[in-house]
Amino acid sequence: MALLQIAEPGQAAAPHEHKLAAGIDLGTTNSLVAAVRSGQAEALPDAQGRHLLPSVVRYTPDGVIVGYEAREAAASDPLNTIASAKRLIGRPVSDIKSLGSSLPYEFVDQDSSVPRLRTVAGDVSPMEVSAEILKVLAKRAEDTLGGELSGVVITVPAYFDDAQRQATKDAARLAGLNVFRLLNEPTAAAVAYGLDRGADGVHAIFDLGGGTFDISILRLNKGVFEVMATGGDSALGGDDFDQAIAEWIMEQAGISDDADHQVLRQLMQDARAAKEALSSASSTELDIAIPGDGRWQGRIDRETFYRLADPLIRKTISACRRALRDAGVEAADIKEVVMVGGSTRMPRVREKVGEFFQREPLVDIDPDKVVAIGAAIQADVLAGNKPDDEILLLDVTPLSLGLETMGGLVEKVIPRNTTIPVARAQEFTTFKDGQTAMAIHVVQGEREMVEHCRSLARFELRGIPPMVAGAARIRVTFSVDADGLLNVEAEELSQGVKAQITVKPSYGLSDEEITGMLQASFEHAEEDMEERKLAEARVEGMRVVEALQAALASDGDRLLSDDERGSIDAALAELAAAIDADDAEAIERQAKHVEEVCEFYVERRMNAGIQEAMAGHNINEFE
Amino acid sequence: MFDLSKNYFELFGLPVDFILDGEALAERYRELQRVVHPDRYANASDQEQRLSLQQATRINEAFETLKNPVSRAQYLLSLHGIDMQAEKETTRDTAFLMEQLELREALEKARNTDDPQAVLDELMDRISAMIRKQVAQMAIHFEDPNPVNLQAARESVRKMQFLNKLLSEAESLEAEFEDML
Repeated sequence: MALLQIAEPGQAAAPHEHKLAAGIDLGTTNSLVAAVRSGQAEALPDAQGRHLLPSVVRYTPDGVIVGYEAREAAASDPLNTIASAKRLIGRPVSDIKSLGSSLPYEFVDQDSSVPRLRTVAGDVSPMEVSAEILKVLAKRAEDTLGGELSGVVITVPAYFDDAQRQATKDAARLAGLNVFRLLNEPTAAAVAYGLDRGADGVHAIFDLGGGTFDISILRLNKGVFEVMATGGDSALGGDDFDQAIAEWIMEQAGISDDADHQVLRQLMQDARAAKEALSSASSTELDIAIPGDGRWQGRIDRETFYRLADPLIRKTISACRRALRDAGVEAADIKEVVMVGGSTRMPRVREKVGEFFQREPLVDIDPDKVVAIGAAIQADVLAGNKPDDEILLLDVTPLSLGLETMGGLVEKVIPRNTTIPVARAQEFTTFKDGQTAMAIHVVQGEREMVEHCRSLARFELRGIPPMVAGAARIRVTFSVDADGLLNVEAEELSQGVKAQITVKPSYGLSDEEITGMLQASFEHAEEDMEERKLAEARVEGMRVVEALQAALASDGDRLLSDDERGSIDAALAELAAAIDADDAEAIERQAKHVEEVCEFYVERRMNAGIQEAMAGHNINEFE
Repeated sequence: MFDLSKNYFELFGLPVDFILDGEALAERYRELQRVVHPDRYANASDQEQRLSLQQATRINEAFETLKNPVSRAQYLLSLHGIDMQAEKETTRDTAFLMEQLELREALEKARNTDDPQAVLDELMDRISAMIRKQVAQMAIHFEDPNPVNLQAARESVRKMQFLNKLLSEAESLEAEFEDML
């Protein structure tokens, strides 16, 4: 390995290197990858020039097939062909069963609450299915951009709960990707539009995809995107329109809902084709395969479709109304309405949304690509390619987070639409005399009863000193980071007993499971793992070196005395030497040492930044 | 220097006062987040990421506290050494409590009237007016923060909590009506 270069104090480090980064829209029906190339964000096509990748994964005895080819096999090989994994990810088995007949897969009966699907290539979890899609997109990006990705931004519906976010991040880890950030889909769309127009004001992003619906109200102010409120339904999308048409056909054609998988799959495809045809035609012919090799012919007109579609559209409009109220604005305050997601192609949806907001919705960026494009712009910013860039995204928690209290009631700790990152603490006390343990049950949702909210995690705080009921003081702290992921800590205040948990949903994967899956996917021996560990330590060590060199080049002279600079340079040189040697642990140790030595410098830099931001303001100007 | 002992007003470079320039607060907030937000440190060391997370969290908390008049008043009281047990304290002003009772009853009955939305609108206007009145009084109390005025401000906070709760109940009722449309 080549020797690392360290710039002489006062000289600039190596010229700024453009880091490769991509934005991935992991959709229910289709997925895309986009990247910023020569200053332009664009969706990246595959070798055949196709931008979309159907989010369909087919497992065969000979390997995994992703995309168009897999989708074509959906009707002929339904059990091994997984579509809409996004509807399953981060959800417990009980939830998925209630999704009903639109999911013709064979679920493995088991104790674990992570759903697993039986395929010819073995049982797979929705995380693994999503990881296959991510791998294909990442490879497409690396082939197109000509190098390894330093990181990606993956979009999720704003309305995804903690479990669904965590599961999406797990899928990315399984795919071997470094996730800079999970970004909410509507926020990504706003970035794509906002940069185009530089329009300050309050905007609504209406995002109706294949399986999810999101509405976000956000304020754009000189490059800062402030999400004011978000809402939606994580189980409402274009598929439901197909389902409604399919059910209507079943009723007309006398097909029962226990018909076999192939007939139902084919029917869903016919229903979708009819929906698409009705976008331009006033009616369309139907020619449907029915069980027992027969066919049924009929037609569906627009009025019938509206009758089926309007109740679904009404649900989206109710969510818009709630979001406006949460944001404290009126429909008339909305400057522009941005349409996102393939399902906003339906003229009926555009018409109803336009009616509600009293303005023509914006559709000029391809609604299929706009989310990926926004994610690519943000990935480029997070990779550090635009140090002076003006964009900043301030996002919110989509759902309230709370704890179970006596009687199965929910005590909200962080209300929905709170700007993240956020930390809130609340004190609780014991219920019985001499109580020494407390069960902490973390839930997410808006309802008052625990049973109506989603259970995120349970843990116990033990070792509470015995006291009379109500005397102990237990402080529970919730912190949500910039990805929207939750961490909960409980502490008994008189003696300082602590318990802490990073909320891993009970139906997510444990770290051990992920490591196990990763190891299995490398399918080999220990030295490979050692090798991998060394490679990872080197990458991590290089990251520390590069970050520090860049910092020193920009303000080292200004903020550091010669002595301080000397000790930092010395620690840096030791780390560089370790990276050059072959001992992963030594690299980690030296990297840690560098961080310790630089602690004061890091703080000083941030303070200097804050002072700069506040410079020119003083109290007098407001008096 | 940015240090954790700074109070929320100092953090935003604003005078320690109940009356506050909301526009300036929002602008300072955005300027500070531009500097400390974790998105600025996606590539930095773990240590910088932790520090950035901590500071962005604190700035969000400070902004949230100062933005809302009730939490701002409570925070100001704490700076003056009065730590309210906010949830547990209640006003003893019987006239005020009677009025609350009456408003609550009217709210419950709104559902069964001929034009529930109109009844609700009128009630919400009344509650909002009462809130504005309390906010105006708080501003006067904090102008001269002597012990008597501070206790009066504390009393206003207690009343505001009633009013805010009532307003949010009215809002959820309104949401219910709208969803029925």
